Amino acid sequence: MTLTEPVKDPVAAAADEPDRRPEAKPKDNRAWLLVLPVVVCVTFTALIPLMTVVNYSVQDIFSPSDRIFVGLEWFRSVTRDPEVRGAFLRTLLFSAQVLLIEIPLGVAIAVAMPRRGWTVSAALVVVALPLLIPWNVVGTIWQIFARGDIGLGGWAINQVPGVDFNYTLDSTDAWITVLVMDVWHWTPLVALLAYAALRSIPEPYFQAAQIDGASAWATFRRIQLPRLRGVLTIAILLRFMDSFMIYTEPFVVTGGGPGNATSFLSVLLSKIAVGQFDLGPAGAFSLLYFLIVQIVSYVFFTVLTRSGR
Amino acid sequence: MADIRLEDVGHSYDGGRTWAVRPMTWTWRSGRAYALLGPSGCGKTTLLNIMSGLITPTTGRVWFGEREVTSVPTAGRNIAQVFQFPVLYEEMSVYDNLAFPLRNRRYPKDEVDRRVRAVSRMLGLDAHLGRRSRRLDPGRQQIVSLGRGLVRSDVAAVLLDEPLTVVDPAVRWTLRSTLKEIHRDTGHTLVYVTHDQTEALTFADEVVVLKDGAIVQAGEPAELFLSPAHEFVGHFIGSPGMNTLPGEVADGLVRVGGQVVGRVDEPLPPGPVRVGVRPEFARLGDGPGSPGLPAEVTGVDRMGAYDLVHVRAAGHPLVARAEAGSPYEPGAAGFVRFTTGRVFLFRDAVRCGQVVPLNGRAG
Repeated sequence: MTLTEPVKDPVAAAADEPDRRPEAKPKDNRAWLLVLPVVVCVTFTALIPLMTVVNYSVQDIFSPSDRIFVGLEWFRSVTRDPEVRGAFLRTLLFSAQVLLIEIPLGVAIAVAMPRRGWTVSAALVVVALPLLIPWNVVGTIWQIFARGDIGLGGWAINQVPGVDFNYTLDSTDAWITVLVMDVWHWTPLVALLAYAALRSIPEPYFQAAQIDGASAWATFRRIQLPRLRGVLTIAILLRFMDSFMIYTEPFVVTGGGPGNATSFLSVLLSKIAVGQFDLGPAGAFSLLYFLIVQIVSYVFFTVLTRSGR
Repeated sequence: MADIRLEDVGHSYDGGRTWAVRPMTWTWRSGRAYALLGPSGCGKTTLLNIMSGLITPTTGRVWFGEREVTSVPTAGRNIAQVFQFPVLYEEMSVYDNLAFPLRNRRYPKDEVDRRVRAVSRMLGLDAHLGRRSRRLDPGRQQIVSLGRGLVRSDVAAVLLDEPLTVVDPAVRWTLRSTLKEIHRDTGHTLVYVTHDQTEALTFADEVVVLKDGAIVQAGEPAELFLSPAHEFVGHFIGSPGMNTLPGEVADGLVRVGGQVVGRVDEPLPPGPVRVGVRPEFARLGDGPGSPGLPAEVTGVDRMGAYDLVHVRAAGHPLVARAEAGSPYEPGAAGFVRFTTGRVFLFRDAVRCGQVVPLNGRAG
């Protein structure tokens, strides 16, 4: 690719428009300098940190002055590590459940939200509220809320006869707590995205559906759902990436426990990197993690955009 | 098929403070093609939506023949409605679009197929049945939207809400003749909303002119042109619209700016009136005559097929139509004569009489 025209100030460009001959289009490769700030930014925010991790991942570091090159050894050991594999499957299951619950639920909420009147604002505020709370605060809220002794939620569940809910001891309870917390926190995002898309459908579409005698389901399936494709693609990507990398909330609520029931990839990674200071395995782990998110997102995106054609 | 009767039907969007449609009684006779003509915001679409049941009127009752349908939901009314822009189920094929209203009503499969094919033949969609509807051009999309209305049996009326707005002028012609053919072949009642007078006048058996939520005149196209019952009709229909001059009635004579135009045809209480005459019925000539006014030419628009002569008649601007290549030059003085029987008097915008020639000086 060559840059044929320099980027110029539009006002100046308009000013010298009249006497510019078509055959004399000025070429000035100094214009490349204008992308320099971006290159610098990306270098410092992404490229250098990433290369540092790559550097770690191929070495065994004993101390700053004592290190040996080990090639792909760490990658091999990380992929064979049962703890990593367990965390990977757990995270995958968690993301799948998050998507299966949050996407339909979010769309359902968006469809049910009012289309006009003062209730619109009220509904928007109520729905958007969880999104405004910082991650670790969400974790703290749920850590207390789900407690069987003093938490309102946990206590209420324990009032059901025969139920003994305790997320600090029971791995299923812990899993459910983290899942419900994520649904509570992030379904509103899906709902708001879907609501925005639904609002953009012109009224005559619904009127035509009435005239055609379409049921509520047929109206949803034939008019609303097709219009949601774009935002749902974004919602699925965002929710996949976010849930696959979830860290703060389970760290605050369960700390990955009980046992390793809620020990997701990110929790395990930070344990290896920060807790044990195993920089080599952690580096290899990070790169693989990064790669998985990239690939899955790419596959999602391709499938979702292709199916619309 | 039955008449659609509006009995004292009115609609207000703000609880009765202002009326989008003023309470009116009106019958759409079965099998006729109507044009509902009026400026933007005059209540055309509201009236249409009341008929199709998308809006329940604030007052009054709606009858389809002997059946009262005021509170019957849209789906139960068998109305076909076409909107300003094509409304399609974009993910579905043309065939499925046409079949959709029937499938919703659980018609048997072979019946669905028979009807869809019949409608597609009538609308010339046979070659496109398998295509995704959103891949069609806007004109065809609009035809598919129309087809969805026609595919049902016993359609009570086809309502068209400015259906040709989004369509290319070239395609517009074809579509309009398709509509006329459908009307001829099916005998459905058609109500065609438009703000374009040409569209209305060429399309309809009867034109209904709506203004500020009330019907000001209804009749055949020629009637609206030749004998407007309301000042608005005179202005809105015709190009350019009717001239109106402020006048005065006294002692049976009509004066404009102190000059006598003519005599009133029937006794009228004295007082101010407006004198309306179309450019087509105002002719410039040398000799005085009645009804008419002295005039001075202020300008001429050469329109090609004819000329529009702008004059000041008794101090008021007026447009007269003349043959192409007329010799008038600005500044020329003369006399503008009006065709007897085509000069009307309006009071409060409503027609209240005619101007006829003076006795003895009739010309």
